[in-house]
Amino acid sequence: MAGPGDLEPTHFPARRAATVALHRLNVAHGSPFRVFGLQQVHKASVEDVAAAGRKYSLDLSVTDWAAGSAGPALRCSAEVLFSRTEQSSGPEVQLRCEALQKINSTAEDHAFYQKYLAPASAVSAQHLPDSYGNMSEEMQPFWRLARVAASFIMLRESSENTEFNMAQVASITQQESSDKQLMLDYVVLLHDLPSQEIIQWKLLVSWSPDRGVRVLQTEWQPRCPHATEPPN
Amino acid sequence: MKGLLVLTALFVAVFGKVTFEGDQVLRITAKNAEQIALLKELPEETLGLDYWMLPSHASLPVDVHVPFHSLQAVRAFLGYNQIQYRVMIDNLQDVVDAEEREMVKYRSLPRSTDDFVYTNYHDLNSINSFMDMLVAENSNLVSKFEIGKSYEGRSLDVLKFSTGANRPGIWIDTGIHSREWITTASAIWSAKKIVTDYGRDPVLTDILNNYDIFLEIIANPDGFAYTHSNDRMWRKTRKPNPGSSCVGVDPNRNWEVGFGGPGASSNPCSQTYHGPSVHSEPEVKAIVDFVKSHGKLKAFLSIHSYSQMLLYPYGYTRTSAKDQAELHELARKAVSELQSLYNTAYTYGSVITTIYQADGITIDWTYDQGIKYSYTFELRDTGRYGFLLPADQIVPTAEETWLALMAIMEHTKNNPY
Repeated sequence: MAGPGDLEPTHFPARRAATVALHRLNVAHGSPFRVFGLQQVHKASVEDVAAAGRKYSLDLSVTDWAAGSAGPALRCSAEVLFSRTEQSSGPEVQLRCEALQKINSTAEDHAFYQKYLAPASAVSAQHLPDSYGNMSEEMQPFWRLARVAASFIMLRESSENTEFNMAQVASITQQESSDKQLMLDYVVLLHDLPSQEIIQWKLLVSWSPDRGVRVLQTEWQPRCPHATEPPN
Repeated sequence: MKGLLVLTALFVAVFGKVTFEGDQVLRITAKNAEQIALLKELPEETLGLDYWMLPSHASLPVDVHVPFHSLQAVRAFLGYNQIQYRVMIDNLQDVVDAEEREMVKYRSLPRSTDDFVYTNYHDLNSINSFMDMLVAENSNLVSKFEIGKSYEGRSLDVLKFSTGANRPGIWIDTGIHSREWITTASAIWSAKKIVTDYGRDPVLTDILNNYDIFLEIIANPDGFAYTHSNDRMWRKTRKPNPGSSCVGVDPNRNWEVGFGGPGASSNPCSQTYHGPSVHSEPEVKAIVDFVKSHGKLKAFLSIHSYSQMLLYPYGYTRTSAKDQAELHELARKAVSELQSLYNTAYTYGSVITTIYQADGITIDWTYDQGIKYSYTFELRDTGRYGFLLPADQIVPTAEETWLALMAIMEHTKNNPY
């Protein structure tokens, strides 16, 4: 029996809420070898919560992009609350995924960590992926790390009227490791589907297998409007 | 002999040179027989000299390729003996590199559409040459014509696939939003598919025996050129906006139906800026004029990326299109065909309910012109790579999308109106 708050799971209101839940999931559990993407929304509904806002209830499946096509889908349920008042911290998300508690950092995470923690390491790159969608094998964990860091911003900036993805990593510059954390300076391009805008953010990110991803500094950067002189 | 001693003193041995980096080619002008004799005494092998023109007479120049490690010694020798020379090639490796680049360019220029690389993204020149080759190879089936010029004066070209005169038509456009490269790449593959399958595939053959197919591969060439030269993320046209430093109009918000509504922006700096007036963009006007003058288009398919959706009107209002039920069912069928190939999941529905409210869009106008089968596609993916879809997904995307296009074209043919 369809309830009054039931939403078409494939349409944008449910999908936007699901995207927010995914950002939250990546903030909590993302790593250079784990980034979750939405596979499918199975069921969705929304209700007004008095003064608080609008609460979406979702039943969804997610997959780990790092696991490739071999990866299993994880079933999750989520509640996403978009507040009526201007929140600086973004929507609130409650999330439960099966088998989530069993996810620990992997051997790959540790190997990656050891390799790039070395004092001489000074990774730097631009345009990941490049215009043709290509990215070297070596850079993929750095891209995934950027994607997780971007999730912090995307979560914070989300509303019922946005749907964010990371369009590209414009640049990455490794900083000197600090306190046993990998330190990375990223410039990421986000894409918002409804407005079609490309939004640029500079992020200072730290990561270790133990502490996970932390976004230490964020700075919005204006994109040059590429103005030309109007004809006289 | 003194000269040689100076030389030996300065000589440095080098092992295993593999590049020409830093090597120079000198043109030496000996002024008399004595200088020629001196030059002949230079230890060629030890210095690694490679004469392009051997010393013979004072009236003839001596050209010699000098490896980097011997340059100082050779120059000292020439200077000490007051033998005139000039540097003809400053760094031989640069010349070799430039030649290599030319050769690669020449090697990879396809000489036919069978040679063309469908598994990569191409630039404007390459795509234009593809179209010309396709027409030349299939002149009984394909022609190319211009429907107008872009703001920057580029030709707005359309391929016409036709087997007879005065036929009703099916229109497909790609690349109206320039950063959506996968759409243009898929169109190229589809164009080749059409000429390959005509006469072989009964369904396509039947379609083409009754309908013309019009394919505008690059609907926004100015934007497309800009994505190659300046900004891969450029979406709009490249027409300046008076009074603003921001350039461009969203060509999918510039159409008459619903123009200027909340599903578009009135800010020239916005990605969804609707433009100063209805059909103000020459890229849009060209299609409008063509549709009106043709008068018998029966399907209109405008292809975008990304999101994996098949959408029908309307974008500007929640009021259902009069043919909603049929459009919905046909979308279901087309998506099912698409999915059957690689299990790519697509969503379908009206624009406003499925993706977002969008005002002044192409298919709302074409539908209200009476073109019933008006659809917008959003191709792969759903956000992981977005606009930067890896090139190895071009052919799979084109293949699966083709199945959906065929489903719509077949239905159009079977349901004339």
